[in-house]
Amino acid sequence: MSSGTLFDKVWDLHRVSQLSGESTQLFIGLHLIHEVTSPQAFSALHERDLKVRCPNRTVATVDHIVPTTNQNRPFLDPLAEEMLTTLERNCSKHNIPLHGIGSGKQGIVHVIAPELGLTQPGMTIACGDSHTSTHGAFGTIAFGIGTSQVRDVLASQTLAMSKLKVRRIWIDGYLNHGVYAKDLILHVIRMLGVKAGVGYAYEFAGPAIQRLSMEERMTICNMSIEGGARCGYINPDDITFKYLNSCPYAPKGDAWDRALEWWEKLPSEKDAVFDDEVIFDANEIAPTLTWGITPGQGISIDERLPNPNTLAPSDRQITLDAYSYMDLKAGMHMKGLPIDVCFIGSCTNGRLSDLKAAAEIVKGNHVAKGIKAFVVPGSEKVAKSAKAIGIDKVFQEAGFEWREPGCSMCLAMNPDRLNGNQISASSSNRNFKGRQGSASGRTLLMSPAMVAAAAIKGEITDVRTILNPHANH
Amino acid sequence: MKKINLFPEGSISKVIGKAIVLKGDDIDTDRIIPARFLKCIDFESLGSQVFADDRKELNGNHVFDKKIHEEASILSVNSNFGCGSSREHAPQALMRWGIRAIIGESFAEIFYSNCLAIGIPCVTTTKQQVEDIQGIITKNSKEFWELDLRNKKLLGSKNSWNVEIEKSTQEMLLNGNWDATSELMSNDLEIQKITSSLPYINNFSN
Repeated sequence: MSSGTLFDKVWDLHRVSQLSGESTQLFIGLHLIHEVTSPQAFSALHERDLKVRCPNRTVATVDHIVPTTNQNRPFLDPLAEEMLTTLERNCSKHNIPLHGIGSGKQGIVHVIAPELGLTQPGMTIACGDSHTSTHGAFGTIAFGIGTSQVRDVLASQTLAMSKLKVRRIWIDGYLNHGVYAKDLILHVIRMLGVKAGVGYAYEFAGPAIQRLSMEERMTICNMSIEGGARCGYINPDDITFKYLNSCPYAPKGDAWDRALEWWEKLPSEKDAVFDDEVIFDANEIAPTLTWGITPGQGISIDERLPNPNTLAPSDRQITLDAYSYMDLKAGMHMKGLPIDVCFIGSCTNGRLSDLKAAAEIVKGNHVAKGIKAFVVPGSEKVAKSAKAIGIDKVFQEAGFEWREPGCSMCLAMNPDRLNGNQISASSSNRNFKGRQGSASGRTLLMSPAMVAAAAIKGEITDVRTILNPHANH
Repeated sequence: MKKINLFPEGSISKVIGKAIVLKGDDIDTDRIIPARFLKCIDFESLGSQVFADDRKELNGNHVFDKKIHEEASILSVNSNFGCGSSREHAPQALMRWGIRAIIGESFAEIFYSNCLAIGIPCVTTTKQQVEDIQGIITKNSKEFWELDLRNKKLLGSKNSWNVEIEKSTQEMLLNGNWDATSELMSNDLEIQKITSSLPYINNFSN
């Protein structure tokens, strides 16, 4: 059993009571809600004539269903309009702050809460969205919940939960030029598999993690769930505190000093005990992308697709399913594979540094003929900051469409989607069958820079050949 | 029109019914209920949309479309069932189709807790036993099964198997407090105590 880890400390600080069996009643410090998973929770509350216990610990935004072209109300899609109207009505009835379209604070829930400074070290954070693990980048226990649990948190500000084990994922070394946080997490999921994290919280630590910016750390923690871990986190440090210091909702003045003192006690102790530990070397990681129908079916740009007979027996059937669905074969290189659509955005990679990295590749180039490429900033603030440094123009001049913020084609609940069996290079987080809105659509997950490289070449490309054209790859 | 049993309520110690097999590892919640069906403000219509894309592709030959399975209430799956998105719409869709219990090699965590929250037990057993059970169900889809949660057994007409269920899950189902809202709300004083002990609640103001 783990002890002395950040997870243990934050868990203990929020433990309300021991419930029947082995589950704990856990206090939730910040509850984030959005239009997709909250309406039925509010209905359940109203049926039982219950109130929201802590409206001031609840924050709402709208992200999943928002159109990224025309955002005028009412939305053209009446179902999308009904969902937003319902959220607005519920927030108004219960005095919950809602960061709506045009407020300057709207965006993907996992982008806005950190950039506003709502996400702070040592909190427990829940949201009806599996990518809530993103907030772990600040040293929080943050995890996705279903709608019945959203109801429970609204009513009691607590949840019934069993304590997770803690696995430390230690990353030594340095990421090479052209290798990004996304490559690192795709590599980790590929190596550990998509179910290794079930029952665990992942602590990401080690020199390569400590060197990452907050936005890169969010990319890592965001995809913990893709490795099966409901929650992933990174110990807070000076990089965390520096980021928070400029955020609007972070404590100020004397309160800041008290916060810092409290936050500095949170990281895992030197002699902390973990339930499990694995070690990777960042230097060995090359640009990585997925080729299959689970986020664990990844490969480096230098390798060939695996022969199913050389894999563990349990991986063979899903590999064959993936080859059939993706129209790929063992022995192929992903490099050179033609693509149809390029999507840059999502709660994994829709932040300013992601757009900057992609713009660096795009600048002075043009999207290849026949490719549809678009950028969806993660939030209104990201869009504003990007425009302030002219990144929107870089993309537009290169033939990308520049859209309004939202979840967009990560899960295609708005009009942005693949058609037929189109294949997309996507900076998002899931490559499941049908994920991007077409039942036969195909998704290749990769870093925003790799998506940009694919857009200008029209095919999967090693981004390092664009960054360092004279090096030998 | 398919007849649907009453939704789970109160103490759940047994699930009795016919069974259905859905083969495959890592079946994600996007496949159980594609995102376009999440554009709704209630769960009512989800039952007919469960596995919509897979069913369309198989054009009537998906197990969830076969007439012999239409009364099934126990679903047998393989490993990591329900991975991906946290959408409770996935277990809601299964429940509204008629599923009342799921047995498999392993489950994704959020899916598992979403099932518990609506009174659907997810129990596990070994890979080999799952395959044996699936073989028997496939051979005789008319057979009735009993999942006994108190004794952690799955009983067929000729065989029985030990199954695993987390102790806390078992107790919540047996006690009928899997719908946790009332129990959570009853600890009001303790909740207040924790709230006032956390300095971030007032953003570290004195």
